[in-house]
Amino acid sequence: MTNPLLQLEGVHTHIGAYHILQGVDLQVAHGEMTVLLGRNGAGKTTTLRTIMGLWSPSRGSVRFEGQDVGARQTPDVARLGIAYVPENMGIFADLTVRENMILAARGARRIEDVDPKRLGWIFGLFPAMKKFWQHPAGLLSGGQKQMLAVARAIVEPRKLLLIDEPSKGLAPAIIQNMIAAFRELKQTDTTILLVEQNFNFARQLGDRVAVMDNGRVVHAGPMAALAEDEKLQQSLLGLSLGAHQ
Amino acid sequence: MILRTLFSGDMPRSRVLTVLLLLILAGLLLTPFVFPGAKSTNVAAKICIFIVLVSSFDLVLGYTGIVSFAHTMFFGIGAYGVAIALTHLGPTWGAVATGVAVALVLSLALSLLIGLFSLRVKAMFYAMITLAVATAFMTLASQLSDITGGEDGLSFKVPTLLQPSFSLREAPFMGVSLDGKLISFYLLMAVTIVLFLVMLRIVNSPFGRVLQAIRENEFRAEALGYRTVVYRTVSNVLSALFATLAGCLLALWLRYNGPDTSLSFEIMIDILLMVVIGGMGTMYGSIVGATLFLVAQNYLQDLMKIGSTAAGGVPFLRNLLAPDRWLLWLGLLFILSVYRFPTGIVGRLRSKRSAA
Repeated sequence: MTNPLLQLEGVHTHIGAYHILQGVDLQVAHGEMTVLLGRNGAGKTTTLRTIMGLWSPSRGSVRFEGQDVGARQTPDVARLGIAYVPENMGIFADLTVRENMILAARGARRIEDVDPKRLGWIFGLFPAMKKFWQHPAGLLSGGQKQMLAVARAIVEPRKLLLIDEPSKGLAPAIIQNMIAAFRELKQTDTTILLVEQNFNFARQLGDRVAVMDNGRVVHAGPMAALAEDEKLQQSLLGLSLGAHQ
Repeated sequence: MILRTLFSGDMPRSRVLTVLLLLILAGLLLTPFVFPGAKSTNVAAKICIFIVLVSSFDLVLGYTGIVSFAHTMFFGIGAYGVAIALTHLGPTWGAVATGVAVALVLSLALSLLIGLFSLRVKAMFYAMITLAVATAFMTLASQLSDITGGEDGLSFKVPTLLQPSFSLREAPFMGVSLDGKLISFYLLMAVTIVLFLVMLRIVNSPFGRVLQAIRENEFRAEALGYRTVVYRTVSNVLSALFATLAGCLLALWLRYNGPDTSLSFEIMIDILLMVVIGGMGTMYGSIVGATLFLVAQNYLQDLMKIGSTAAGGVPFLRNLLAPDRWLLWLGLLFILSVYRFPTGIVGRLRSKRSAA
């Protein structure tokens, strides 16, 4: 891969006494969706949080657009154009949907300061956002909260989206809506690093895949290759695609 | 439309709350005429001062999620600033302005220092640091008796317009003499309204939205690109400045200031209770909380005296309602109100409305 947008090389992260990431090597190419798969506790969320600067890597480098961002603080990383959608939605429950959106558009004082075309596009992707515009975000359903979390991340153009388990706990119908929204998002050449456990969800969206285990990336390659190779799925993920359809 | 602008779009959002706020406003406005006497006007003035103080505490606790015990220190700085200036420079408006300005600068410097050094640590440690600083400041105020009057405090004269001996006109108006005390009261009320509306503006500004986001989840706010330490520090400074102004108002009203009047830990507990009872993170909660608390604190004993006399025939009930047991009843009332309204009175009233 030439000139990846994001590149992690031998990243080690310690959280207290625990050595979570043990030499992560990962590349995310421009305009592609890379899916990070792996069982619970493999280090996927820690990888995203390390990229975002919540935990500094104790060794290795995190390079974004060629510059080392490993030692930067979270707000500085976000200001480089990286949006993060944390696990469990990460919305501000006490604020309205509108206020959540304004907050995500850092330069905006009012919603009128947000590009109306982009807002219209977001409403097209997630109609519920328009419907519940003035409602406190805490009153939304789980799926709507997840939509708001993603909508917030894309309220302004970002260079990279880090999305942590967007399908977690959602009903199948909502997951299908999410897949449709992500497909449309992909058409805008947005670069996405998506953490998922639901292989069926990941398979439909990912261009590339990286599988993590015990704090390391144990497999990286095109998603199509993994989706077609049931033996590889069994050995890497301990699952068969059929079981998750 | 004008009202919405005035309230920064943050209307009470509950009919009961609106009526309650209007009643409080009318009660405060009419106190000197409807309830003549020094005690009632004094309670009304204290309510105004505490509305500013409690709102400023809500800014830092309710909107930013910072637990600070140094709030009365800034309140005291304001009161001492005016007291010392009027004592040493004489009863002029220039002295008042100097006292207010010096107090604001001192509060700004101290809150900035505390904020920058301490807001990076965990909430509990920050609370402990502010407690230590506030205690040290109180000791300092007691020790520096040459400047602060020590434990005895300072009694001073205020500008002529605010002095009780000043009279706007000879004949009383509706049975109330238009003296300096009355002017002081309405001036105090006007300043309270302005300061409250300014604070309401702050919490409903983009800055206020970020504070609420930080309160909910600091990391999420950082992940959106907000430098939370900066926002928390600014919130801390703003809150300290408003508390200082409340202290200035207290000194002007009482024409006296001492450590127990503005710096005591008891006041800190009181404002904490007022915020909790009224409803944290609502601003309007400070009006309701301060009014209920101060009215209960000042009139519960009178009410109990009536009850005790009425229950004269039943010794157990008479003893239970004896006026000197007022603290027990006040405590019980607070426990019940916190149990009944965990989100405060305003929070409860608003949630009832959104559920309806």
